[in-house]
Formats: sequence, C-alpha cells, structure tokens
Amino acid sequence: MTLIDEAAKTTRPHRLTHLDALEAEAIFIMREVAAELERPVLLFSGGKDSIVLLRLAEKAFRPGKFPFPLLHVDTGHNFPEALEFRDRRVAELGERLIVASVQDDIDGGNVTEDKGPYASRNGLQTYTLLRALEEGGFNAAFGGARRDEEKARAKERVLSFRDDFGQWDPKNQRPELWSLYNGRIRKGESIRSFPISNWTEMDVWQYIAVEQLEVPSIYFAHHRKVFERQGMLLAVSDAVTMQDGEEPFEELVRYRTVGDMSCTGAVRSAATDIEAVITETAITRITERGATRADDRLSEASMEDRKREGYF
Amino acid sequence: MELLRFATAGSVDDGKSTLIGRLLHDSKSIFEDQLEAVELSSERRGDGYVNLALLTDGLRAEREQGITIDVAYRYFATPRRKFIIADTPGHVQYTRNMVTGASTADLALVLVDARKGVLEQSRRHAFLATLLGIRHLVLCVNKMDLVDWSEEVFDSIAREFESFVARIDTAHEVEVTPIPVSALRGDNVVDPSPSLSWYAGPPLLEHLEKVDVHDHDPQQGRFPVQYVIRPMSDEHHDYRGYAGQVTGGTFRPGDDVVVLPSGQRTQLVAIDCLEGEIPEAFAPMSVTLRLADEIDVSRGDMIVPVGFEPEVTQELDAEVCWMIDKPLTAGSRYLIKHTTRTARASVIEVLHSHDVNTLEKYSAAGELGLNDIGRVRIKVSSPLAVDPYARNRITGSFILIDEGTNATAGAGLIRG
Repeated sequence: MTLIDEAAKTTRPHRLTHLDALEAEAIFIMREVAAELERPVLLFSGGKDSIVLLRLAEKAFRPGKFPFPLLHVDTGHNFPEALEFRDRRVAELGERLIVASVQDDIDGGNVTEDKGPYASRNGLQTYTLLRALEEGGFNAAFGGARRDEEKARAKERVLSFRDDFGQWDPKNQRPELWSLYNGRIRKGESIRSFPISNWTEMDVWQYIAVEQLEVPSIYFAHHRKVFERQGMLLAVSDAVTMQDGEEPFEELVRYRTVGDMSCTGAVRSAATDIEAVITETAITRITERGATRADDRLSEASMEDRKREGYF
Repeated sequence: MELLRFATAGSVDDGKSTLIGRLLHDSKSIFEDQLEAVELSSERRGDGYVNLALLTDGLRAEREQGITIDVAYRYFATPRRKFIIADTPGHVQYTRNMVTGASTADLALVLVDARKGVLEQSRRHAFLATLLGIRHLVLCVNKMDLVDWSEEVFDSIAREFESFVARIDTAHEVEVTPIPVSALRGDNVVDPSPSLSWYAGPPLLEHLEKVDVHDHDPQQGRFPVQYVIRPMSDEHHDYRGYAGQVTGGTFRPGDDVVVLPSGQRTQLVAIDCLEGEIPEAFAPMSVTLRLADEIDVSRGDMIVPVGFEPEVTQELDAEVCWMIDKPLTAGSRYLIKHTTRTARASVIEVLHSHDVNTLEKYSAAGELGLNDIGRVRIKVSSPLAVDPYARNRITGSFILIDEGTNATAGAGLIRG
C-alpha cells in the first residue's frame, strides 16, 4: 500500500483520518476569521502551502465567492513557473488577485536594495506586505505558515496578533484555548491567521495527492542550471550574481519550497510525480527550510527577528 | 491514519525533553539539520550534553534564559498514527500554559522521576489535565535505571498517583496508565525493555498508538452556526447554507432540528461540502447545513436535534482559570465567547478557588488572581445554549475577554 492510500484510510466508522481532521480544523479557522474580521486577505504565492489554503477556502465558502481577495507579494525574483501557475489558478477560481510589487517600492525609493553577491529581496518583502495591507485596509491576512517549519513558528498562534506596526510580540501572545479564537483588535492593529499551523510538510503533500491539486512544475524533478553556494544549489538567474569560483552546472533537481530565487535552494531529486515526492519526504533527513532557505541560515533567530518586524 | 493530540507536563529535571526527544528521534521526526543546530547551540551554551530542550525552545528569550515560556507544538508520526504534542512548561505560568495545552488534548502524559516519586507538580498536572476533561492520563515513571528497575518503587508511585487522581472531583472517569521508562536509555519508550521483564503492559509509544481516546465523544448533535453562505449569484440565487463544525453527534438529512436560542423548529434538508451532498456529518467535520424553512438563523445560533436540546441559559456556573494580572472580581464585566457567539458577561460572585496541590477549596476573598482557578457565577447578556463541560468540551467551554485590552483573560468550564 502506498503512503497516499495509508493517509486516506479511515480505520473505524465515524472517525476522521488525520488529514480530514486537519482539514476540518483549517476550514473552521478560515470561517472564524472571515466572520469576525471585517477585511481579510489571503496570501497566495503559488507555493504548495498557499495552494492548500485555496482549496480549504473553496471548502469553507463555496458555492459563495471567497469573502476576501488574494494577495501576492512579488519580489520580482519569483520563479516564472510559479507566477504562471499563480495566474492560471486564480483565473480558474474566478477570484480577485492583488499583486504588490517589491520592485515598485525599490523604484519609488521606499526601500533600498541590498548590493553584493548575497543580496536578497526577501527582507524587503516585509515593507511591501505592510504597505499592501495598509492600502487595502486589510485587518487580517491568511498565510500558509506551519509550526513544523521553523522553531520560531512553532510558538506562533493560529490567530496571531500584530500591533499597528505589524509587529509580533512572541512573549505576549494571547493563549488559544479549545477552538475559541480571540480575533478582537483595535483600529490599526491586525491579525495574521495560519489555518494550517498544525500540518507538517508530509500532511501538505498527502493532502495535495488526495485532493489531486495541481502544483507548479518546479516541485518535480527537472534539469536546471544551478551553482553551489554554502552547500545550497541556487538557480542560475538574473536574481543572483555568481562569485569567483562558483561554476554553473546542470543538475536534476526539484524545489521543496517556492520562494525568492535569490535565496531558495533546489534539492537533487529524481521525483517526477507526487507519489515519488511523498516517498522522498518520508525518508528525508533535512528539514524543508534547512535544506532550501538561505534566509533562515543567517542566524539562530533570523525568522523570529523577521517575524517581529512584520514578516510572515 | 488517525490523529492523537496529547499534552506533556513535567519539568526539565524529570527528563521531559529527553523523553520527547526520544519519541521524535526514534520515530525519525528529528532532522539532521535540527540536531546539528541543537548540538551547536548546546556547545555554545556549554551545556555539556545535547540539550534537546533547545529543539522546542524556539524563541531567543527562551534560549537565553534556558526556560520555556510558552506552549510548543511538536509533530511526529508512526505508520499507525499522527501525533501532535502540546509541550507545556513546568514552571513559568504553568496554569495558563497547561490549561491552554490541555484544552485541545485527548491524553496527558505526566512525567515523574522514579527517585523522587509523586511531587507537588505531578499532582498539579494531574489535577489540571483532569479539570480540562482529559480522560486518559499516562503516568510515565522515568529514570527507572536509577532505581534498579524496581517493581516496588514503580508500584508504589503508581498507587500514590492513582489514589490522588481518584480524589479529584470530576464528573468523568479518568483512566490512569502507569508506564515505567528510561527516556535517556530508551527503555520501554518504543521497544520493550529486558530490564523491565516484570512489566506486562505495552511500551509508551505502543500505548499512544493504540489507546482509544474517542470512547466518550459526545453523542448529542451539536452544530454551532459559524457563517451563513448566501452566494446570491444567478446560479445559486436561493442558496442559503449554514456553515460550521459539528461538535457532537451525527446529523443526517431528514433530521428534525431546533435552532437555539430562538427555539424554532425545522428539518435538515441537505448536508453540503465542496464535493456535493453527503449522507451524514459527524464531529469534528466542517460542513454546511441547509434547512427546510426560511427561518432566521445567524452566526452564534446552534442547530440541535429535537429532543436533545442543551440548556439555554443566561447564568453560568463554571470553573474559571484566570490568565491576566488584573484580578477577576465580583461585578467585573467582560466579553464572553462561547462557541461562535460573543456576548457581554458580568461576574455575580466568586464562590471559591482551588488549591491545585492539595485539592482543597478555599474561599477566595471574592477574587481570582493570575493563574488561579476558581468557581464563578456569571450573568450573560444573551442566552447561550450550553452543555456541562464533562459532556461536551466545546459547548461546555468559553473564554472571557478584557474589553479594555482585548486580552484573553480567562478560560471557563461549565459545571453540570
């Protein structure tokens, strides 16, 4: 029996599988936020976690429209495959997408782009995100972050309170009891909501398999020109400048996360379908972010610091 | 594969982090880069050993101070089950954190050091877990290697713990499963231990994989309305669906139902989900119900089967755990959130508070301070459909919110 079959199997009558239970919880969270907060928005990047969020939103609100638009913070260094997929998926759903561009903020002089070979626009996203939230008058934002991703995220609430600067105060969080989420805020403050907090990378892939969701092609093995930097395989692209001694070569790779090209690493893989990806996920010995995100390697608390400033 | 949520309680000294580390490690849920990072940090801190607590202590302040300040959620899976651990700190803000972690758990794992036996904090953990409606307690008697694997030591600790649990004033039965282990050496955690040949029960992980925690799930249908779906599109012009999560029992089309608090009766026509109509919905499914009559139903109402109505009341008698500095006193006013309904509440009186260590009740001088638990009578501005907490943990619980700060101030468990 495959890992997909195993995940989809119910053992006893009137018992849910773990995926069904996680799904029911996530749908509940989405409806709570939509009911209690006036202007939510859902962050959609074309990545696997936000793809799952879109399916959950369908489950929560169909046959109605989503009671919120979708928002993508485009760093200008996104994978073209992810952007193409993003637009196609939004069109299929018939929902509204807002694209907030980091490039606009660079051009407008709102933020200054890092120079040098290790420059990444990842940190600049926070400014653009907060600007987009303010311009849209959004007081709640759904994100696809999971607690298993990173140790600062393990302490994150399902409904995470942010002050009027968008900042997270990890030491002063509202306790979350039962499923009684407290979404009360004052004007200017906001809520970040993480409906798939309790999902793992494996759950996400199993759900994608069971629901037969399409994902961007870069999640599957493909040949790509890459170069190695600090043990990570970065794609050769306009987003990064290669250093002396860094040589491009072609490799069979796939991506475990879809982020900014300047800081998202590929993994060597021959997995060409979901089943193979799940098998690989089951035996991998490296975490998703550890294997693929340069931004989290900066320091022990880099995610916590970025989150405090308003990052997701 | 099913999901089991459990809470762990105990302090670093009891070997709790080691035990969790062992469960994660032996189920291959710790990744190499995480382990490397922990090894590096342990070295930097001069711990002298691989401090697995650093796996869960994710915040800078926690690592700097060497304490856990918040509930951490950990995930692991075996081929039989997926597990979510709510790991609650033993010392700091223990009541608030333990109550939070236990509120969504079906099982609690209480850890004691075999050399020290049942301590004040083990009793406190057992009391809080039981108060929070957990029916399955696992007493892990750890460090058995340090008491020469003694059956007598284990038995005496188990007996003392069981007799303490039996004295807790609770409306539900509590099953205590004592298990001897050595977390450090891995004895009886995943595999049986030759050193414990006198022990006839399953190793810890096997118990966690097999225990049936849904044996007392509420049977009476409860459906708090969360969100009304009215597309008003051409295709679905007349569609009106009541979305929510089933929090008890089973609903089927054709059921005669009543909407509370209004008391209007109607019939369930269909149960919708994205894939189409389904023949039944049971807890904890998130679905959309359609009703036969166009009656006034909105968020905060509850749909229940005729003949199985919960009590509809504006006065609550509840155990309240207090979570903010400003004390709860008679006459103070809060917002109350119960299922999907938010109303105003004012405290009529504080009857008594509990000493969680001795189980004694003492009069609380009319107030509850931070981390106190006490019995409180509350008046609510609009009627709520409630069950005793012992019967239904969702329809029997509420939170109080401080209107000035919007902080979650207290957690309430409704008495029968």
